[in-house]
Amino acid sequence: MKKLEKKHPLAIRWFHWINFPVLAIMIWSGTLIYWANDVYRIGFGDTTLLKFYPDSFYELFSLGHRLAEGMAWHFVFMWVLVINGVLYVLYTIFSGEWRYLVPNRRSFREAIQVVLHDLHLSRTPPPSPRRYNGAQQIAYTAVVLMGMGSVLTGLAVYKPTQLAWLASMLGGYGAARAEHFILTVGYVLFFIVHIAQVIRAGWGNFRGMVAGYDLVDVPNVAEPENAGRVEG
Amino acid sequence: MEPMSDRDAELEMRRRSRRAFLVGGGALLAGAAGWRWLLSTASEDGLHAPFRRVLGLNEKIAGEYFNSSHLAPVFPPDRARMPRANGDIGLSDGFDPATWQLTVAGPDNGQAPARTFTLDDIRRLPRVDMVTELKCIEGWSEVVHWGGARMIDFMTMYALGTRSGQAPDPQHRQDDLLRYVAMETPDKAYFVGLEMASAIHPQTLLCYEMNGKPLAPEHGAPLRLVTPVKYGIKHIKRIGTIRFSDQRPDDYWAKEGYDWYAGL
Repeated sequence: MKKLEKKHPLAIRWFHWINFPVLAIMIWSGTLIYWANDVYRIGFGDTTLLKFYPDSFYELFSLGHRLAEGMAWHFVFMWVLVINGVLYVLYTIFSGEWRYLVPNRRSFREAIQVVLHDLHLSRTPPPSPRRYNGAQQIAYTAVVLMGMGSVLTGLAVYKPTQLAWLASMLGGYGAARAEHFILTVGYVLFFIVHIAQVIRAGWGNFRGMVAGYDLVDVPNVAEPENAGRVEG
Repeated sequence: MEPMSDRDAELEMRRRSRRAFLVGGGALLAGAAGWRWLLSTASEDGLHAPFRRVLGLNEKIAGEYFNSSHLAPVFPPDRARMPRANGDIGLSDGFDPATWQLTVAGPDNGQAPARTFTLDDIRRLPRVDMVTELKCIEGWSEVVHWGGARMIDFMTMYALGTRSGQAPDPQHRQDDLLRYVAMETPDKAYFVGLEMASAIHPQTLLCYEMNGKPLAPEHGAPLRLVTPVKYGIKHIKRIGTIRFSDQRPDDYWAKEGYDWYAGL
């Protein structure tokens, strides 16, 4: 038989969907700022494997020569991102939602099972979790911690003299700028995997993040807890 | 949830789903409308007005936290390097360092006559050696060994920047200080504004030496501003005039869409 299953509380859904465009604005405006001193690369010695970013990338998305504009957007929308993030963390703590989210002793072993299974390297399906599997717990908790890291490294770059203690804790002004950038690359990588998993998990899972409920098949009434997995 | 038939469950899901997607669509439209509104607002010096307002709020918060005891880190002198000479606006040809004088004026109401100073008048002040990181608004930074005199020492020695005409005493007579300092190059092509708190910060220098040598022309000889509480854009080179006033001064880059405060 079919049953409506509660997936995500209203507040979490709003936090999630506000975060998405605002984070996108922060990454875009951050790139406008980064353009003015685009020195980061992956490589060794004189060999560059990947340059952040090739000129064609700036041209494609019109990201060059817009430093002032980038700073203005960044230092306006930082408020929205931080307020949304703080409210999200407070809500997760006080509603008890954190219990679903924070990894526990089993999460890491389970995460390995999930990754092997999703990459088609293992046929053993990972255990059915209550809401998030171990891989999700680790990823979602990590992204919240990364958010805190972005705030701290961002503050250090923003006010390196008034917050000199913070900047020096992070290895200095130049280091804080690099860390701020690396965290951003992290969000982009997270986003790619997240989107892939959401597509894999299907429509019902996506609808769960919008409507808060999913329609699930339950074999019989005696096993109401045997619910489908959420992913993405 | 009450037990319900498959059909009821499907209908209920559809109902909830429709409502949520409608609300979501509404939020999307509201966001798009907000975006369009933001981009339709009047431009103030290259930035839409709401951005200027939030930057003003950021400035207020930063000003509240600002303290002259918050110092930029200092480095050992051997870390110092020569920074890129990034800006040459205001460094026009035909400048004669030999006849250079620094003009200091009060508020623009003609109360007190302008005074002039020579480089020796600045050199006479207690010399400060400071190895700090110059931070360009572009995002690069360089440790530089600066030599010069504190702005506050200059103001104290020559009794500048106050309403009373007495030497400033920020500890006891905060209100006697004028609120802003404007500086411009002799050709008036480059100009910066500072709020008084930053101007009298102990690391704000009238600088005449860089990495142990007299300032090079491209770095602002004979006298430039150095202040690790601001981005490099405020480190005006070749200062010609300093004006104290209660009016917020124009600032070259603030007119080009940058934040006026630009405080670090």
